[in-house]
Amino acid sequence: MAKTYEEINQRIKNGEAVVLTAEEMTELVKSEGAKKAAQKVDVVTTGTFGPMCSSGAFLNFGHSDPPMKLTKVWLNDVPVYGDVAAVDVYIGATAVSENEGMSYGGAHLIQDFVEGKWIKLHSTSHGTDCYPRREIETWVNKDTVNQAFLFNPRNAYQNYACATNGSESTIYTYMGVLLPNYGNATYCSAGQLNPLLNDPFYRTIGIGTRILLGGATGYVAWQGTQHKPSVERLPNGTPVSPAGTLALIGDLKKMDSRFLRGARFVRYGVSLYVGVGIPIPILDEEMAAFTGVSDGEIETNIFDYSQPARSRDSLGRVNYGQLRSGSIEIKGKEVLAAPISSYKVARDIAETLKGWIKAGDFLLSEPVELLPSEGTLNTLDVRDEEGI
Amino acid sequence: MAKKRLVLTFPPEVVERPVVALMVKEFDVITNILRAEIHEGEVGRMLVEMEGPGKRLNEGVKHLEDQGVQVEEAIKDIELDESLCTSCGACTAVCLPRALKVGAPGWELDLDKDRCILCGFCVDACPLQLITVKF
Repeated sequence: MAKTYEEINQRIKNGEAVVLTAEEMTELVKSEGAKKAAQKVDVVTTGTFGPMCSSGAFLNFGHSDPPMKLTKVWLNDVPVYGDVAAVDVYIGATAVSENEGMSYGGAHLIQDFVEGKWIKLHSTSHGTDCYPRREIETWVNKDTVNQAFLFNPRNAYQNYACATNGSESTIYTYMGVLLPNYGNATYCSAGQLNPLLNDPFYRTIGIGTRILLGGATGYVAWQGTQHKPSVERLPNGTPVSPAGTLALIGDLKKMDSRFLRGARFVRYGVSLYVGVGIPIPILDEEMAAFTGVSDGEIETNIFDYSQPARSRDSLGRVNYGQLRSGSIEIKGKEVLAAPISSYKVARDIAETLKGWIKAGDFLLSEPVELLPSEGTLNTLDVRDEEGI
Repeated sequence: MAKKRLVLTFPPEVVERPVVALMVKEFDVITNILRAEIHEGEVGRMLVEMEGPGKRLNEGVKHLEDQGVQVEEAIKDIELDESLCTSCGACTAVCLPRALKVGAPGWELDLDKDRCILCGFCVDACPLQLITVKF
């Protein structure tokens, strides 16, 4: 018996909705089967908390007197993007401080903003007749600015690679510090808790889906950049390589730095740890089966990140149950395996969202448009003017 | 049997003498050198784990001090700000002695200071820069 969003939302309003986290759903489906689980359960909550480099925030500062067209802009000595009208600015998470280096960047700025700290604004401009001011130095915070929204082009990756290092020296990457001669391996996915791994064909997560973003209500705005549905998948629908992605949006002023943290990957750069929680309506038996997926049933490939090529050779497949055991086998050798995204916080997010829904404080929204279900990626090839 | 984790600081003139070998030979103290920074003509530092009969261990430590070696307990040398830690696990990726671990059922970062050799790899690996190691 299929359910609709309206029916599920009515049950939420009545305080009757049966809500489980994706982990709890996995146990239920294993013990009672997808059909029974589909009858019993209304919503499954998912969560993830990992470094999501393709993130940033739009801020509007309001106008100074006399007004100024902010052109070159720095916030706490981090260059941010000013060429969007006069006083709109985009903070890219991976921007790096001109003075502090990688210890402080756009992501740390975003965290400081959320925490209510004062932030130094410095800007220069050539000046125009209607925007005569040419330089400004002042302090701003989340109470002095106008709109501030987190707008992340690519978040919540549906699966990701497992990284290792077969070279003779340590390498410093966005997957962490990788020790030589397959000294360790890192992975970055919430696995059975990850939103898109619980809705592998994007049936319910789409444009307009209401989510928990950075600890506050947010929405799926668009397909994320590099959204790539057409990849190899297991019979359970999960991709064996990075596939779907989401562009997310939310009110930065309402967020919580427990779920939005500036980070630096040593000798690589700055990134932002983003907490995302997405509720999945159990519309039918298929959705119950999808949300019943477990870590042992989700696989990824191991790649040698020291290989300086766009397309690296796979060193083998491994599932998330094996990765979470803390040790995997690479070329016959037992290798330390560690996460760089927090399973604990992913769980906290799924639990928090479950609480909000059960309390009737969070209704599900049906996507206004689904994400593309097909598509591959182009590459950046070098071409010269004669060749085009 | 007593076991102590100590940081030994050697002035340049003492670096020449086999003080560690003496601990084993004269005081029956088994010495496991976890980390050492010894350079000729400079102050040397060594993180050691010493195990032996309590009385002998204390006598041995006193002997080292009489030789001009500064002896300090090593327990406070690694610090992790737990209030800000998110248990992401990035530090566990570089912890070869497995002092830092995340695992079932709670998936919360656990630091076993007894296993820590103060190598400092985790200091760089922590994306939130929450770990300090003083050696």
